[in-house]
Amino acid sequence: MIVSKNDIPSFLDKLIGEYQVFAPVQEGSYTLFKQICSGADAALTDGNTKLPAKEIIFPQSEKLFSYNVTAEGAKLESIIDDRKKVVFGVRPCDAKSLTLLDNVFNNDKYQDPYYLTRRANTILVGIGCNSPASTCFCTSVKGGPFDTKGLDLLLVDIGDAYVVEVVTEKGKTLIDNAGFASASEADKAAAAKAKDEAQVTCQVNTDGLKEKLDVNFYDPIWEKIHEKCLGCGACTYLCPTCHCFDIVDDAVDCNGCRVRNWDSCAFPLFTLHGSGHNPRTSNKERYRNRIMHKFKYFVDNFGEIACVGCGRCIKNCPVNMDIRVVLEDVRGSEARLDS
Amino acid sequence: MKNPYLPLPVKLVKNFTETEDKLIHTFTLQFLSEEDEKSFPYMPGQFAELCVFGKGEAPFGIASSPTEPGFLKFSVAKVGVVSTALHLMEEGTMVGVRGPLGNYYPVEEFKGKNVVIIGGGFAFTTLRSLATYMLHPDRRGDYGDITVIYGARNPGLLLYKEELAAWEQSPDINLITTIDRPVEGWNGRVGFIPAVTEEVAPSAENTYAIICGPPVMIKFTMPVLEKLGFPAERIIMSLENRMKCGIGMCGRCNVGGKYVCKDGPVFTRAQLNELPNEY
Repeated sequence: MIVSKNDIPSFLDKLIGEYQVFAPVQEGSYTLFKQICSGADAALTDGNTKLPAKEIIFPQSEKLFSYNVTAEGAKLESIIDDRKKVVFGVRPCDAKSLTLLDNVFNNDKYQDPYYLTRRANTILVGIGCNSPASTCFCTSVKGGPFDTKGLDLLLVDIGDAYVVEVVTEKGKTLIDNAGFASASEADKAAAAKAKDEAQVTCQVNTDGLKEKLDVNFYDPIWEKIHEKCLGCGACTYLCPTCHCFDIVDDAVDCNGCRVRNWDSCAFPLFTLHGSGHNPRTSNKERYRNRIMHKFKYFVDNFGEIACVGCGRCIKNCPVNMDIRVVLEDVRGSEARLDS
Repeated sequence: MKNPYLPLPVKLVKNFTETEDKLIHTFTLQFLSEEDEKSFPYMPGQFAELCVFGKGEAPFGIASSPTEPGFLKFSVAKVGVVSTALHLMEEGTMVGVRGPLGNYYPVEEFKGKNVVIIGGGFAFTTLRSLATYMLHPDRRGDYGDITVIYGARNPGLLLYKEELAAWEQSPDINLITTIDRPVEGWNGRVGFIPAVTEEVAPSAENTYAIICGPPVMIKFTMPVLEKLGFPAERIIMSLENRMKCGIGMCGRCNVGGKYVCKDGPVFTRAQLNELPNEY
C-alpha cells in the first residue's frame, strides 16, 4: 500500500477519534513524541526525536495506585491506563527497544500490569531511516534503519509518499479502512532503492565484546573509562532501553498515591544501603555497571544486547563520552579474572 | 493480571522495643482476613515490602515462621524514613505488606542434614524464622543437629530474648550466644563470631552453614568455615542490597546479572563466587 505524505494529517485526524495518537512534535530546535490533537501537528522530519518513544509505554512518572487508609481498613485502587494508543513515526531503534523492555516487565516470575497493559493497547507505526545520523549504530547491535522488530507497520519514505509495509495483524487493522491505494511496482522499487541506499556509516565492532566483559570486571581499563563521566545520568534518561525506577508516595497522611519515577544507576544514592555501605561507591563502579548491564548481564539473562544504537547518549553527553569508543576500549582490554 | 505492586492492608498489633538501645523494634502485623493471610504463603528467608501509607515502602526480612499462623513479625532498625515512621507508629494503625518476595532457605535440601545457623547483630531476623520453622514438632525430625551461634555487641542488643531463653533449655537445639566484650552478669561466651565459630568448631560433615550478619562478620567467618571443611555449596548466605520494586524490574539490587530481590536474597557461597563483589 501507499499513502501520500499530504494525506497523513487527515489519516491521523481520523485515528485521533479512536486512539490517543502520539507523534513527533517540533519543540524549538528538536522533536519530541507528544500526544497530538491534530494530524497537522506531526513533524515527520528526518532523524530521531530528542527523547525516545519509551515514555509513552513506560512514563517518566506514573501513579501506580491510589489509597485511602482508615483505622478499619484500606481502599486501594490500581490506576491502569488501558486507553488505545497509536505511536506514529517511531524509528525502528525505538520500536526495538520496547521488545527488549518486554523481557524486564514480563519476567520469569512477575508481570508489570502498567507496562504490559499499555504495550498491549498500543500500535506502533514506524518510519524507516533514509538518512541515519552520524551517531547511529543500529546495525552494530542487530538492528537496522528499516528493521521491523517491534513495529506493527513500517512506512518507507519514497519522496512524496510512504510505501506501507504491514508487519502485524494489529498494524493491518489500523489501515484496513484507511483507503490507501495499492503500491505500484514502481513504488515498491522506489522503496527497495531507499532501503538499499540508507547508510549507517558507523560500525561498532561488537565481536568478542561479551566474552571480554565476561572476564574483565576487575580490569584497570574501568579506571580510565569512567574518568570524565560526571555521573549526571543524562545518558540513562535518554536511553530507550534503560528502565531503572524508584517508587515513592505522594500523599497527605493516609490519602494519596504511590508513584514510580525513572531513576538512574549513574546516581550514588541508587545503591546506597540503609547501613551506609554502598556496593558501587564511585563513578567507576556505576559506569561499569551500565556497560555490563547492557552488553553482558542483559545478554546473559535475555540473549540480547540492551542497546539499540540510537546514539542519543553520544549526542547529548555533556562531556562527550562516546559509548562506541568505550566499547572499543573494552574490547581492547586485557582479560583479568582476579579481584 | 495480578498486580505485584499492591500491598495487602495489615494491622500493626504490637510495636515492641526489642533492644536496649531502642533502635530495633519488632512489629507484629495481623491480616484483616483469613483470605488475605492465605494469599501470603511465605517461607523462611523471604522478605516483604512494608508500606507506611504516606511515607513509602521498604524491604524487610520476615522474622516470623510459616509455622506461626495468624501474624507476621518484622524486626526493623530505625535508619530511614519508613523505618522511623514504623517505630513511631501506634498499635492498631493500618499498614501494608507486599510479598512474600524473593527465594528462601533451601529447607528441603536441609532434610537429613545438620544445620549450623550463624548470626550477627540484628540480621538474625530471617534466621529466627528458619530456626523456628525447623524446630516445629512436625518438622524437627526432618533435620539432624541444629546449632545456633548468635552474637551481638552486648547482651542488650540480642534479639528475641524470650526465645533464646527457651532454646537454651531445649534439647532440640544447641544455642551459643556471644557478646563482644565482657559485661557484668553475662555468663555466656565473650568474643567475636569468627573466633567463637572456630572454638565451637561445628563438624562440616553432612552439615549446612547458614550465615547472616554485617559484611565484616561474614568476611572473617568465611575462612573459618572453609577451614572447618564446609564446601562453598553448603554455605548459605542472605544478601541485603538496596531495592525498591522487589520483583526484578527497578534495576537497583543487581549483583552481576542476578537480582537480589528475585534471584535471592538467599545464595550459596558457590553462587556468589561466580558473581562480582558488588554487595
